[in-house]
Amino acid sequence: MARTLKLNIFRYNPQDPASEPHLDTFELEETPSMTLFIALTRLREEQDPSLMFDFCCRAGICGACGMVINGKPNLACKTQTSTLPEEITLLPMPGFKLVGDVAVDTGTWFREMYDKVESWIHTDKAFDPTAEEERMDNALAEEIYELERCIECGCCVAGCGTAQMREDFLGPVALNRLARFVMDPRDQRTDEDYFALIGTDDGIFGCMGLLACEDLCPKELPLQDQLGYLRRKMGIHAFKRLFARSG
Amino acid sequence: MKTFHTDLLCVGAGLAGERVAIEAADAGFDVICLSIVPARRSHSSAAQGGMQAALANCVMGEGDSPDVHFADTVKGSDWGADQEVVRLFADAAPIVMRQMAHWGVPWNRVVPGKGHYYKGGKRFEKEEKQEKEGLITARAFGGTAKWRTCYTSDGTGHTVLYTMDNRAAQLGVEVHDKIEAISLLHDGTHALGVVARCLRTGELVVYLARCTLIASGGAGRVYRESTNAIINEGGGHIICLDTGIVPLANMEAIQFHPTGIVPTNILVTEGCRGDGGTLLDVNEERFMHIYEPEKAELASRDVVSRWEAHHMLNEGKGVKSPYGDHLWLDIRHLGEQHIRTKLREVDEICQNFLGIDPVSNLIPVRPTQHYTMGGVRTDKDGAAYGLTGLYSAGEASCWDMHGFNRLGGNSLAETVVAGMIVGEKIVEFLRGYDVAFPTSVIRDRVARDQDRIDRLVSGADGSEDVYKVRSAMQDILMDWVGIFRDGTDLQKAVDGLQEVLERSKKVGLRSSGLGGGNAELASALKIEGQVKIALMMAYGGLMRTESRGCHTRSDFPARNDRDWLNRTLAVWEEGKTLPTLTYEPASPTMEIPPGDRGYGKSEIIPADAPAVAPAPVEA
Repeated sequence: MARTLKLNIFRYNPQDPASEPHLDTFELEETPSMTLFIALTRLREEQDPSLMFDFCCRAGICGACGMVINGKPNLACKTQTSTLPEEITLLPMPGFKLVGDVAVDTGTWFREMYDKVESWIHTDKAFDPTAEEERMDNALAEEIYELERCIECGCCVAGCGTAQMREDFLGPVALNRLARFVMDPRDQRTDEDYFALIGTDDGIFGCMGLLACEDLCPKELPLQDQLGYLRRKMGIHAFKRLFARSG
Repeated sequence: MKTFHTDLLCVGAGLAGERVAIEAADAGFDVICLSIVPARRSHSSAAQGGMQAALANCVMGEGDSPDVHFADTVKGSDWGADQEVVRLFADAAPIVMRQMAHWGVPWNRVVPGKGHYYKGGKRFEKEEKQEKEGLITARAFGGTAKWRTCYTSDGTGHTVLYTMDNRAAQLGVEVHDKIEAISLLHDGTHALGVVARCLRTGELVVYLARCTLIASGGAGRVYRESTNAIINEGGGHIICLDTGIVPLANMEAIQFHPTGIVPTNILVTEGCRGDGGTLLDVNEERFMHIYEPEKAELASRDVVSRWEAHHMLNEGKGVKSPYGDHLWLDIRHLGEQHIRTKLREVDEICQNFLGIDPVSNLIPVRPTQHYTMGGVRTDKDGAAYGLTGLYSAGEASCWDMHGFNRLGGNSLAETVVAGMIVGEKIVEFLRGYDVAFPTSVIRDRVARDQDRIDRLVSGADGSEDVYKVRSAMQDILMDWVGIFRDGTDLQKAVDGLQEVLERSKKVGLRSSGLGGGNAELASALKIEGQVKIALMMAYGGLMRTESRGCHTRSDFPARNDRDWLNRTLAVWEEGKTLPTLTYEPASPTMEIPPGDRGYGKSEIIPADAPAVAPAPVEA
């Protein structure tokens, strides 16, 4: 017997003066292999064309469709309705500016993040088109890829206690990004450079260790390890600075 | 009216758009990229398998060179490509891959020593050389003589795009995301920028630019079943064809990828077969080697998709499912270690969307619309025909290195290689170019766009449901403009689409249209243009009475080099119900004259064959 799903969806259109934040309830017949992408698209095309949400790749690769699904941030496109109870509540991710309904503005947040952690390889070497590429151990390349798999969906930020309390906190995604560069020998930044970027309460020392980020990451990135690694590295560096000053 | 002014405006912030932007920003020009999604969500990020470049570092790539890459690409294109462009591409590709490494891409590297690989389900030994340790390695892909496809696991598009966007951020390239270009500003001779709609607030914004680049990706979503992201709706194509001046080329050349998964149409990479995966039929038996003894599963995509369709339709060897027939992709023998590290995204897609583990289960696949070889026609510098100051790069363009079939790993490589080459040409162009921005052109265009929006909101032209109109268009393309085509089917498609075109002009919104996130309005603004794209595909296909690459006419099975060694150019003149088609030679020079591809056996009518009127054969 196919279930009839009951979807409670947060509604608010900031561009409509008459709009008030509220939940709308929709009913939808469940079909085999239904994902929230299929469900929401059908709702928009068949029941309410004003529904606002974001999808892009619909394959769990691009990170566009983060939303709070029955209390937990996750990617809607890869969430099978069969894994959820009949009643499904969808809310926009907190921590990002609302565009409308369950669509949020992640783009602005992330571009600011790139500037804050200077999310690029820092090197004084110029590219030489005639030279062989710099060599790298394949195992290291795979380790970097492991952290580079982040898709910037924002689920870790939406689930982070510190980020929700303190707007200036960099958030797990930014710290993971920096860990990726720390690991990369092509980046010439020193511990002191990294300390200047994240050695504060807004950075690595702000993390309360609640680790919802690790639990919620749809790509299952090893965020706990990276936060621990950076915290240790920056902690040791802080001591070195102290001794350097007192010495 | 909020108005931005810049030297270069890139419509699209995927790999092609950003690579061009970086070149111009590096030369000191102001650049703005527009993107309907945050840059890193662009569809470039979904490309999995890799990028072709003849680096020849791995042992199976020994003897490779840009010449071999060139030959593979021209054969892959079924001689439809512009060979000057293929030469530029093949020569530059290795340098660009090294540059991406310099900027931070974690390419997989050569691991020296003995190892093994799979081909056609069989295991072979190989030994990587010590002196190549740590250089960029490569994997096999279809239609290539050597292992040439550079990769980072199966997330290559993702890592290259993230690296590219990092570089763009470093250089201060402005990316305005959630902004959609809805018309091209031009004075009949010069491109002047775009009118755009903000997808946050819904307001119209004007972007004035000395140079405008269309890098908005493909148009695959005119088909109902496509591997493409839902944003690949042909927005960049539409604003060009709306000018009535700028031609789109070879729109009938549609690639169907052999391994879209059933039922969601999500792609699993060609790297699966490159790494030794096999295709199986209902009896769980291989079949590609029967049709293609040499290349088997690694023939070019047009050929593999064609045999897949043949094997299911004509031989009845498809696997029945509630979602129609499909075949199996088998990567089980590659082993858990390989699948979990080199095919990670495939692994995740199978687990998340099919609920199966590819280590122990077969993957249901079938040919699925994947790529538009055609697009905004440019010269070898990337300059579009028809308007000065308009350029195009990446899938949106028809530069044209792919002709009638592109090789796997060549489009992702094209984005960055064309990005560099076209970027350099745009820098030269900007250095010596000034243009006037007549306020009347801007005012008129904004007024027309505002009027379009008002009419859609008020329902002044009718109350057609945009989603139903879109669905009608998609159904027609699925039914009549697929892998096997013939005159009867294509005529049905053209007739049906002309009716849909009329309906598209009568769309009215059911919602208020308020707010930038209102998708109904965004869809309604594009629907007429999308149907015109669909008509260019169907009508271009109807007129092309031959089979070349992906364009397979059952009624004209031969590749006809005498009459059709050319490229279709389609413009949409105001008030017409069909595109106007003209033709130009496929390539100004033929470094390799037309010949046999070595796979996908087909009859060839040579260029010097005596002229006789081609007669259709029984389909």
